[in-house]
Amino acid sequence: MKTKKIILKIFYHAFVLAFGFCMIYPVLWMISGAFKDNQQILNGGLKLIPKTVVTTNFATGWKGFGGITFTTFFKNSIILTTLATAGTLISSAFVSYALSRIRFKGRGFWFSCMLMTMMLPGQIIMIPSFLIWHKLKLVGTFVPLVLPYFFGQAFFIYQMMQFMKGIPKELDEAAKIDGCSKYGLFFKIILPLLKPSIITTIIIQFYWKWDDYMGPLLYIHSPRLMPVSLAIKQFADPSSITDYGSMFAMSSLSLIPVFLIFLFFNRYLVQGIGTSGLKG
Amino acid sequence: MTDQRKNGNRIRKIINNDNTVGYVFAMPFILGFLGFSLIPMITSFVYSFTDMTFGAKEINFIGLENFKELLHDSIFLKSLRVTFKYVIISVPLKLSFALLVAFLLTRKSKMVTLYRSLYYIPSLVGGSVAVALVWKQIFARKGLFNVVWKQIFGAEAAVNWFGDERLAMYPLILMSVWQFGSSMIIFAAGLKEIPESYYEAAMIDGANGFQRFLRITLPCLSPIILYNLIMQTISAFMVFTQAQIITEGKPNNATMMYALYVYNNAIKYSKMGYACAMSWVMLVIMSIVTFFIFKSSRKWVFSEADS
Repeated sequence: MKTKKIILKIFYHAFVLAFGFCMIYPVLWMISGAFKDNQQILNGGLKLIPKTVVTTNFATGWKGFGGITFTTFFKNSIILTTLATAGTLISSAFVSYALSRIRFKGRGFWFSCMLMTMMLPGQIIMIPSFLIWHKLKLVGTFVPLVLPYFFGQAFFIYQMMQFMKGIPKELDEAAKIDGCSKYGLFFKIILPLLKPSIITTIIIQFYWKWDDYMGPLLYIHSPRLMPVSLAIKQFADPSSITDYGSMFAMSSLSLIPVFLIFLFFNRYLVQGIGTSGLKG
Repeated sequence: MTDQRKNGNRIRKIINNDNTVGYVFAMPFILGFLGFSLIPMITSFVYSFTDMTFGAKEINFIGLENFKELLHDSIFLKSLRVTFKYVIISVPLKLSFALLVAFLLTRKSKMVTLYRSLYYIPSLVGGSVAVALVWKQIFARKGLFNVVWKQIFGAEAAVNWFGDERLAMYPLILMSVWQFGSSMIIFAAGLKEIPESYYEAAMIDGANGFQRFLRITLPCLSPIILYNLIMQTISAFMVFTQAQIITEGKPNNATMMYALYVYNNAIKYSKMGYACAMSWVMLVIMSIVTFFIFKSSRKWVFSEADS
């Protein structure tokens, strides 16, 4: 009986691990591709360890195209992501406080509007938004990709509201008795307690913005302003022969921030998804 | 002196009034909602009745012409069919996988956290351009899949994924199913909430593992299944990046996803009015689908109050 249990246990772990390996195989293959030449990538098959390790891919890839290197692309990505994430964080925290803690006229109405925007896919308003930004002569700048984030993101407002439910209302009362205004209550009490929810927001918004492809595709046309996501797509330009080695090298580099954050903040991410759900 | 103090008090009262505080804090959302959701939606609605093209000097009101044209646009009709096929195949598969793996990973073992992270990685990176490019290479004519096929079977591979109209969709579906990680984590969080005593009671009654899954796990998880189903359906309807990068809608529009066709009409052909009409049709279709999912959920979602 006992041996049977052990065998079953080993079988279980072996199966889960083997299947998990298959799951991440494409990612591993991409990373190993960064160290192979085109010949090895195209004919090497499933092998993960390159026959001869090629390191030139990184240097060649980093050169980018049109005289603009990946230094610029990474810089652009970092600027876009940081601004959008900061905007989301500040505005969503404000709004969630109003909707969950303050009894003001029209609260129910604005709450329903918020739920509506959460269900409304961005693609539906993609074209008219583009036209509006075009009329404002802001297409080709970072503004359309950053400014909207400073006005609250429904998904994160909802997530923070869920979290605020768990902060006891007695704290509000106590603060009131101590002479703290509703503004002070937010900055001195609610905001510090919101920390776990804030970290989740930073991580998820960072991922979405870092990977965002459709936004830059619509609004950024000059290579000088391209983020990494759009730049690595240029490697697969149908008009030229694809340099797979460089493409995989830059692709792998583009995923490093994603993995690093996952490594350090895994706990918060899993909690955040577990409580509120993550699209994708 | 006292007057000034009175005024000061009055101002302070207004500032600290719940209505003022509420609107001050909710202001970003209200402005954003008007500026970035409502106005674009209204604009889009108005444009959908015009022949607006990008950069055109004049815009003519053409009534329902755009919508009539849609009915005769064979690519539009095909993109509808293709998108529905994508949603209907990929969403149930993805959710089944997510549930199955979440269930497998409920064992009390230190390794489980590690396993969950492992299975979550595809979701983590799947939306990126990087992975889309890898997918494109794997299923290309001379890609990894065919090379391996040749190594194993010796014969020249006959599978031309992106060249065959009947097959081109499947790598995209596989990619979507592959990213079951985030649904899995939501399911895992739900599984943790199911009281152990339910299972113990069922075991005393002699229910086997499969029966327990069917009679306890599924009903208890049904609200979470509903949530995942709706979120995944909406995002599957809107799939864009993968189709745009991997297949560009080819071959013969067999992977011309709806969002991609909207984008092409607006940006490539600069038919803005037409694209706006398409966006609205999509919104209506998605609302109907979501409505039916909600409606049907009354039959299969169990809430605590019922039992």
